[in-house]
Amino acid sequence: MIRLFGILAGLFFSAAALWAFGNGAVNYITDPTAPTAEHEFHLLPKELNLASDGPFGKFDKQQLQRGFQVYKEVCSACHSLRHVAFRDLAALGYNEAEVKAIAAGFQVPGIDPATGETTTRPGLPIDYFPKPFANDIAARAANNNAVPPDLSLITKARHEGPAYVYSLLTGFQDQPAELVAKFPDAKTPNGLHYNPYFANLNLAMAPPLTSEGQVAYGEGNPKPTVDRMAQDVSAFLVWTAEPSLDKRKQTGWPVLGFLLFATVLAYLSKKEIWRDKKGH
Amino acid sequence: MSFPWANHYEPKHPLMQWMDEKLPLPRFVYNAIGAGYPVPRNLNYFWNFGVLAGFCLVLQIVTGVILAMHYAPNALIAFDSTEHIMRDVNWGWLMRYAHANGASAFFVVVYLHIFRGFFFGSYKAPREMIWLLGVVIFLLMMATAFMGYVLPWGQMSFWGAKVITGLFGAIPLVGEPLQQWLLGGFAPDNAALNRFFSLHFLLPFVIAAVVILHIWALHIPGSSNPTGVEVKTESDTVPFHPYYTAKDGFGLGVFLILYCAMLFFLPNALGHPDNYIPANPMATPAHIVPEWYFWPFYAILRAFTFDFLFIPAKLMGVLAMFSSILVWFFLPWLDTSPVRSGHYRPLFRKFFFFGLIPTVLVLGYCGGAPAVEPYVMISQIATAYYFLHFLVILPLVSSIERPEPLPYSITESVLGSDDNADLKPAS
Ligand code: HEC
Ligand code: HEM
Repeated sequence: MIRLFGILAGLFFSAAALWAFGNGAVNYITDPTAPTAEHEFHLLPKELNLASDGPFGKFDKQQLQRGFQVYKEVCSACHSLRHVAFRDLAALGYNEAEVKAIAAGFQVPGIDPATGETTTRPGLPIDYFPKPFANDIAARAANNNAVPPDLSLITKARHEGPAYVYSLLTGFQDQPAELVAKFPDAKTPNGLHYNPYFANLNLAMAPPLTSEGQVAYGEGNPKPTVDRMAQDVSAFLVWTAEPSLDKRKQTGWPVLGFLLFATVLAYLSKKEIWRDKKGH
Repeated sequence: MSFPWANHYEPKHPLMQWMDEKLPLPRFVYNAIGAGYPVPRNLNYFWNFGVLAGFCLVLQIVTGVILAMHYAPNALIAFDSTEHIMRDVNWGWLMRYAHANGASAFFVVVYLHIFRGFFFGSYKAPREMIWLLGVVIFLLMMATAFMGYVLPWGQMSFWGAKVITGLFGAIPLVGEPLQQWLLGGFAPDNAALNRFFSLHFLLPFVIAAVVILHIWALHIPGSSNPTGVEVKTESDTVPFHPYYTAKDGFGLGVFLILYCAMLFFLPNALGHPDNYIPANPMATPAHIVPEWYFWPFYAILRAFTFDFLFIPAKLMGVLAMFSSILVWFFLPWLDTSPVRSGHYRPLFRKFFFFGLIPTVLVLGYCGGAPAVEPYVMISQIATAYYFLHFLVILPLVSSIERPEPLPYSITESVLGSDDNADLKPAS
């Protein structure tokens, strides 16, 4: 009885699936989906090698400091970093006085102790990075109707995040003539900027890094080319997304070492115990 | 029950004797997973995965309880509270990564455990009840994992919750009221997040209870084994302790090495980047995909793109997705071959290795891919085979197949001969 019922149910489900397949196949042949500009011109991120890559990778603090400088002087005009507090910057190698000075350089929301009105005050190490816009409406108004996303987690929030941010920052270009010739409707709208690394090819962010030396790196640092600055800020954003990355890897190796040792012991004792029994 | 030759618990220390009179818990453990439980001597490493699943359950409960001490189940701050765990809670990143990757590890282990059952016919009499309870556990695990994924309140959390609860909307008549009742609103919001948190905390303990029943049911016939031939005499078995405690201990070590390698060096490899974007009901992600362990079922759901007879496509997909797991409940009665192990079933074996395994892998791949051609067409073929395999092919194969000769006993299969075989002719 169960088997008869089962066979009928099985035939029913597979008939329904094959029916959908048949219809789908007919549609596929008679009405193939038209290619789109995104489909043909979107590019996967370029390669980016960072000191923090791989199981042995560690943050390069000099690079993180440079990346932080790029964020502070360029990106922070539009992008917040709301999961990061100034105190966290100590991990980049800044001392207490430096952290205090950096924090004081930002104006954060505060309350006037005399009148109780909302004002701004210089930041303290316990404060988080302030938002550049009062709210999303203000952000949209200033950015061609797009909200600049918070950057704290951006390198985790995109496929191949660090390489993606680097490619996006260095990927702005004129729209290829062939694209416009082939897809006239896909012409970059006014106020948007063509970038083949962005999912739909046109984004509201104007190229933020445009000229060498836009950020003045101090003595003993590499030349601040656009490419260098883009790499550095990407490295910095890997840190903001996961400040515990170094600790995670440093913890992982001893754990694995111990487990390897314990597993070898477990194997030897298993062998010893099973010696008199032929098992499997 | 146990075999007559099982070792007997004899506490020697006065304290243990005292304990045994008041609360014979040590006796219980001794008989359940100690030297008092005889187990076939020929179990291979596929029999390790039940113990590993139990380990994963404990791991999830321990890390989960710690996470719940710092997590805030409120739609406004849930996302930030998970980031707070990652950044500010001491070893919070470890707990969160351990729990997220632990869920994946749990499913890897349980899938291997289930496929062990498929291949070695572990679901057959006298072990039907173990199997049925196992399927119940699997359904509970799916519910738990789904609700857990909603908690960080990222983009995939929100949209996954919306899609999956939307499935109930496909049920005729009661669908929409039911969906709203489940969510406590028209779309996932604070009410849904709160109840998902409550249930996500509760269900693992329900699973633990069903696992106890599962193992209780296992101890009545005892474990099966790779030959599928039942235990006949003492020489077919060894005491669980120390033989299998040692073997499972080694297996646990190998498992932990692989798990920790993921956890410490690729902790986000199995997750979706969109879940690091806070939930936004106004912005639909380009591709909504569940976690990898749901992909085969998601592919089945999406395979039904056309109305069939009088049934709307969406309802058909929902029916098929749930049925794809419910068929497992009927497996003991669909596969009627008296031979358990696939080792001695030539035809069954072919369909298993060249039909079922590739089908499930293909479904998994298509379920993770965007819902475009050719993936949809491929998953339609695979879906058709999936149902044919369990509901049509297995019953037919069991009745037409000629199994290969079985060994007389476990002992014979291990040692090449069994002294008892001469005394009693094989029945
Ligand atoms: C003048 C304002 C402005 C500045 C300065 C700026 N951005 Fe943006 N950025 C935007 C806007 C607006 C968007 C949203 C674009 C959209 O969605 O179309 C954006 C989007 C992004 C994105 C996300 C793209 C995606 O995949 O959604 C990244 C990454 C980014 N910016 C990085 C940076 C970095 C790094 C800097 C500093 C070097 C920077 N931005 C400086 C305005 C700015
Ligand atoms: C929380 C999840 C689970 C736990 C902790 C668990 C635990 C166990 C344990 C400890 C055993 C004995 C050791 C072994 O044979 O590997 C076992 C056996 C078994 N389990 Fe599970 N299990 C779980 C889920 C499942 C599921 C989802 C199924 C099937 C759908 C299943 C089916 C079986 C069967 C059929 C056996 C007997 C196997 C045999 O003796 O050949 N289990 N389980």
